[in-house]
Amino acid sequence: MPQAAETSSASLFEGVVQGYSVKLDAFEGPLDLLLHLIRKNEVDIYDIPIALITRQYLDYLKLMKELNLDLAGDFLVMASTLLQIKSRMLLPLPEPEEGENEEQEDPRAELVRRLIEYQRYRDAGLELGARELLGREVFIRPCADGCCLEGLAVVDDGPLELDLYELSEAFNRLLARMPTARAHEVAAQDTLSIVDAINEILTRLDSRASLEFEALFIDDSSRERMIVTFLALLELCRIKLLKVIQNSRYGTIHIFPSVAATDDDGVADELLFP
Amino acid sequence: MSSSSLNAIIEGLLFVSDGPMTLDRLTELLPDYERASVRLAVQELRDDYELRNAGIHLVEVAGGWQLRTVPELMPYLSRMVKGRPARFSQSALETLAIVAYRQPVTRQEIEYLRGVDTGAVLKTLLEKHLVKILGKKDIPGRPIIYGTSKEFLEVFNLKDLKGLPTLREIQSLDETPVFEVQEELPLQALPPREE
Repeated sequence: MPQAAETSSASLFEGVVQGYSVKLDAFEGPLDLLLHLIRKNEVDIYDIPIALITRQYLDYLKLMKELNLDLAGDFLVMASTLLQIKSRMLLPLPEPEEGENEEQEDPRAELVRRLIEYQRYRDAGLELGARELLGREVFIRPCADGCCLEGLAVVDDGPLELDLYELSEAFNRLLARMPTARAHEVAAQDTLSIVDAINEILTRLDSRASLEFEALFIDDSSRERMIVTFLALLELCRIKLLKVIQNSRYGTIHIFPSVAATDDDGVADELLFP
Repeated sequence: MSSSSLNAIIEGLLFVSDGPMTLDRLTELLPDYERASVRLAVQELRDDYELRNAGIHLVEVAGGWQLRTVPELMPYLSRMVKGRPARFSQSALETLAIVAYRQPVTRQEIEYLRGVDTGAVLKTLLEKHLVKILGKKDIPGRPIIYGTSKEFLEVFNLKDLKGLPTLREIQSLDETPVFEVQEELPLQALPPREE
């Protein structure tokens, strides 16, 4: 039996080795690899010959090592799971205790469930990918620059609140515009604390109804200042003093006070920073 | 005004609109018309394109109506359209499928199902706006929960989440499957991004 496994596993990955030299993600993960092995060996997924599959799985990990591929930790976790199942299969089942009539679960059951579940989503993914995709099979009239009617129309409908991810995206765009190589200054001047920055934002908002996101940063040249200001903005959102609103995707982001800030100083004093 | 001119008006609106137009939006833009007649006109328009064997057709996508080219034109149009067409790796599709079918879902749940780290894939999907953050789950650690976006429906040519292809049934296992059909569709409850 071990001999048979040896010979079959030698040819098992032939195609894979070839594929691996060009395509690094031949297998999406341990579950994908296991499904591959189950298919190759033409065994029943509900009755996996665990010794054979474990052996071939470990062979594959060896192969990956030889090819100097970074062995993802996920593959190792699965290897230990397989070995654990294998050893549990070898052990005799413990005598069921009194009052415990339940049948012992097959040690492979959990793995089988995961494999089947994974296969469904993998297939569903392939089905999604085979649809007529916008920009690949079907096309729409491109939006002419500067005349996004939808964007204009949205203003009438009231603004939309944007999520945190879009806010940080906007901030990254701003940071990307900054010249980066301005290092070698160790001077500790112009240190702005978050509390200072919060007060600064609130003071600037005091005189008007709203601020543009980019205007918050326009005068500031140092990266540190920008980051502190951004953190202050996040903090103000968290304590629900500010509302951050965008009218359309990639549109201007506006900052509004969400309550009428009556006492700027008082507000900042209430904040507790660790 | 005769109903044929209403068809023309709607055709014009759909042509100029930058995204799928919901029936609500159309009715709002056409206060002189009954909602029922607007709906009828949209359907007539759709049948029109179909009968004419036209290069564009009217499809229901992401809860609205949009003029799109027919798939048969793909070889000709892809030559003209700049940039590379949308490509999705297997890992991206797997992750999208899990998010689409199981939303709201945490990263941990996705990684359990895939058996592999999914941070980078999820980040890319967020950047492409196909997946969005729905909020935080009310369990210890407050993990972020993810769902698919309106863009997902647009790109994958889906009318709504119910239009997703049905998952293959699991043959009877000794336990009930972990998967449950998502009856409530969280996308509807969220504030719409456009319109």
